[in-house]
Amino acid sequence: MRFVIRRLTISVFILFLASIFVFLLVAFSGDPLAQLKLDPRTPLATLQYRRHLLHLDLPLWERYFYWFSHAIRGDLGNTIAGLPVSPQLVSHMVITLRMVLVALVFSVIIAIGTGVISALYRGKFIDRTITFTNFFFLATPVFVTGLFLKFFVALPINQHAGKILIYTDGDQSPLADGSFFHRLPDYIGHMILPTITLILATYATWSIYQRSTLLETMDLDHVLLARSKGLSRRRVLLRHMLRNALIPVTTVIALDFAALLGGAVITETVYSWNGMGSWFLEGVGNLDVNITMAYLLVTAVFVIVFNLLADIAYAALDPRIRLS
Amino acid sequence: MKTNVTAETDVKEDTDLDSSGMSGESRSQWALARRRFFHDRLAIFGLIIFSLIIIGSIAEIVLNPSGYQDLTGDYNQAPSWHHLFGTTTIGIDLFSACMKGVLQDLQIALIVSVMSVVLGTTVGALAGYYGGKLDTFLMRLVDLILVVPGLAILIVLSNQISGKGNASLYLAFLLGALSWTYIARLVRAEFLSLRERTFVEAARALGADNRRIIFRHLIPNCIGTITVNATLTIAGAILLESTLSFLGLGLVPPEVSLGMLVQQGEEAATTQWWQFAFPASILLLIILSVFFIGDGLQSALDPRKNRARS
Repeated sequence: MRFVIRRLTISVFILFLASIFVFLLVAFSGDPLAQLKLDPRTPLATLQYRRHLLHLDLPLWERYFYWFSHAIRGDLGNTIAGLPVSPQLVSHMVITLRMVLVALVFSVIIAIGTGVISALYRGKFIDRTITFTNFFFLATPVFVTGLFLKFFVALPINQHAGKILIYTDGDQSPLADGSFFHRLPDYIGHMILPTITLILATYATWSIYQRSTLLETMDLDHVLLARSKGLSRRRVLLRHMLRNALIPVTTVIALDFAALLGGAVITETVYSWNGMGSWFLEGVGNLDVNITMAYLLVTAVFVIVFNLLADIAYAALDPRIRLS
Repeated sequence: MKTNVTAETDVKEDTDLDSSGMSGESRSQWALARRRFFHDRLAIFGLIIFSLIIIGSIAEIVLNPSGYQDLTGDYNQAPSWHHLFGTTTIGIDLFSACMKGVLQDLQIALIVSVMSVVLGTTVGALAGYYGGKLDTFLMRLVDLILVVPGLAILIVLSNQISGKGNASLYLAFLLGALSWTYIARLVRAEFLSLRERTFVEAARALGADNRRIIFRHLIPNCIGTITVNATLTIAGAILLESTLSFLGLGLVPPEVSLGMLVQQGEEAATTQWWQFAFPASILLLIILSVFFIGDGLQSALDPRKNRARS
């Protein structure tokens, strides 16, 4: 428990430093009102009013302090357009998490499955096929997978069927309404491609890792003992090998969560999802400090929480590791 | 003063021996590693593909230096002998453009890799060897960089450099400044275990100072880890750069990169498939081949971990 508290304090401190860093970064990157200033018809008073609204007339440290003092109270400020950031963040986050969490679950299952099969049949054809496939997807950029699935898999299928079977654009149909369960098929239809893309982009690393950790446990003494005392292969695998081999894999999966969120930014761009990633990209493009800060804050918190969970899981699964 | 202890641990020394062909019966570590590498079929496959792409791109740039921006007058041509990869909507020869993109991406990736190795090794070595407050400070710095998703930081930063002169150089430094943390962590971990070993104690007993121990004894022992990860950093940098280009950040025309070509080809992907397929395949092949080379190096340079690999 003391360990958790210590880790949390350090993380919060790092988060604080990171927020200063990012704030300065965005603040120095240009004038968000530049577009407005270019238009000669904009009255000077409007410009000054907007400047005041965005606190651009204050010194930099005061702007940061203003943001910080509001952020710790849960108010993430307004966008450049003047709308509050927090509700936007939540609505976009729900869309992104829908895709990320489903992809995470499937990735883990596929990674562990292929990793175990590959390790058990080491050197055989199936192992080489899986390893090659893993490397292949590891090397394929997310946007290439996404575009390929969109243009060369989904569109031909839709064309062949004469109607849209697999949606390639957006996170839901624009006219969809009714209750949640009523819209569920529509949601799922839109989720198929992005989720598959994200799965293919993430599972490979974990699969390779699962294979190598399992192979390492194979030669351990207790596994040899279990085999030689006549336990079934299945029992040895499940009770003696996999239990040990899953521990490092859990941590790697947790630590990779940041990569999953990064992948989501690209997947959303490819399939024009209105999620957190595209919202963030738009915010960056408009030099919107509050949107950028909100996104980075949320992702950083996710990363910290997952790292912490990884450490705790590690300690819980492996009693040899003392939390220090 | 050269002693047996140094000769045994000093991996670097062996290279000269080996290249002069004096190794004779007992093969040096490097010769053994080379043998293992050349017996790895996937690594050789990667090396061949990688060399072919590089030779192709250099040849194309030498023979046809402005081909990547010349408007040929052949619009939207499918691949033919005249235009190997076809042409784009405005009539640029796609083969030329792809090869130019390869060189651009590799140039960036090399800078990133060198930067990561120098920064990562320095930070990792300092943190691992001296420990204490310095270690805590440096590792918190690493945490600071790791806590915010790299892609997000890159998106924010590269938004500013697009369109400026020397954008590719800025982009390379940017990627380098964010990519060194992984190597730093690995080198630190190796240093932590290596510095307790007896050969370090022996070197110290013989009067070697910290600098000598770090440079002559510890870093040569990490060469395997560093080489492998330098290779993987190249692949990672190409991936990141192409992703940024795809998002329309980082490099902008007239500069050419593979990610940019994929993004331009996207619009016509259904009717002019080659505009998407060729840049995407080249991008994939080059990253894949670098991965295979890295994997081969890994099993060649670190046979202890090798058991689990192939």
